[in-house]
Amino acid sequence: MKTAVIVFPGSNCDRDMAVALEQATGEPPAMVWHRSTELPDGLDLIAVPGGFSYGDYLRSGAIGAKSPIMREVKKAADRGVALLGICNGFQILTETGLLPGALLRNAGIRFVCRDVGLTVASSRTAFTSAYAAGETITIPVAHHDGNYFADDEALDRLEGEDRIAFRYAENCNGSARDIAGIVNEAGNVLGMMPHPERMIEPAHGGTDGRRLFSGLVAALA
Amino acid sequence: MKTRIHITLKQGVLDPQGKAIHHALESLGFNGINDVRQGKLIELDLEDGASDADIADMCRKLLANTVIENFEILEDTAA
Repeated sequence: MKTAVIVFPGSNCDRDMAVALEQATGEPPAMVWHRSTELPDGLDLIAVPGGFSYGDYLRSGAIGAKSPIMREVKKAADRGVALLGICNGFQILTETGLLPGALLRNAGIRFVCRDVGLTVASSRTAFTSAYAAGETITIPVAHHDGNYFADDEALDRLEGEDRIAFRYAENCNGSARDIAGIVNEAGNVLGMMPHPERMIEPAHGGTDGRRLFSGLVAALA
Repeated sequence: MKTRIHITLKQGVLDPQGKAIHHALESLGFNGINDVRQGKLIELDLEDGASDADIADMCRKLLANTVIENFEILEDTAA
């Protein structure tokens, strides 16, 4: 299975993501610099990692979303290639328009950095196929702008179409309807604020993140 | 030609920074403040002839996120 990680100036979870992908697939991902104008051929999965691309200037993810490589990422996602955006990656995917809504400043203003309980809201997606719907898992968050916002109509649609992948067991940032992660209409794009790639070794404090990657590999294989 | 763009959060979008400013003003003894909303102002120095349509395009494509923000192109200001 071929995977790639997009790297922006200010990405800081790209190597964690690479470790998680290599653990799940047995092969290291291609690391693709954001100025590139093409992706490697035959990719099965593209990851947009966490961090602070462009220092969060203008809005979190706004400038990264306009990087040359994101045009190619969007084309690949439109063709059905799986696309995973974590934290700043989620912000970039909303700014790109691949996912609805926006990530606002946390309601409590503070940067939130701790383990949180997540409820698997749907196990129907390729990304959540190794979890049971309704299961609660522990995954860390580390963000300042994770407060998911969309208008009521868009939120109703996400719920009606079973596109909410994860909800916070306890809302840590003010997100509408406790949303921690959503998928696009076709189901091949997931954005989530928590960091599954930081919960894949017992030394991390748990391994609940590992099944996101192993489930994805099984679903895409 | 200089153009200023005023970007504000839409009605109904929570503005925790505005709320923090509001509380700070009250703690300084300023009363009678109903609400505080924080926005941003972007100044562009453009070649003469840039149309409002071009500037609005810049706003929609990058400067504002129209899911959560409104933008207003303010009058040209003398350099």
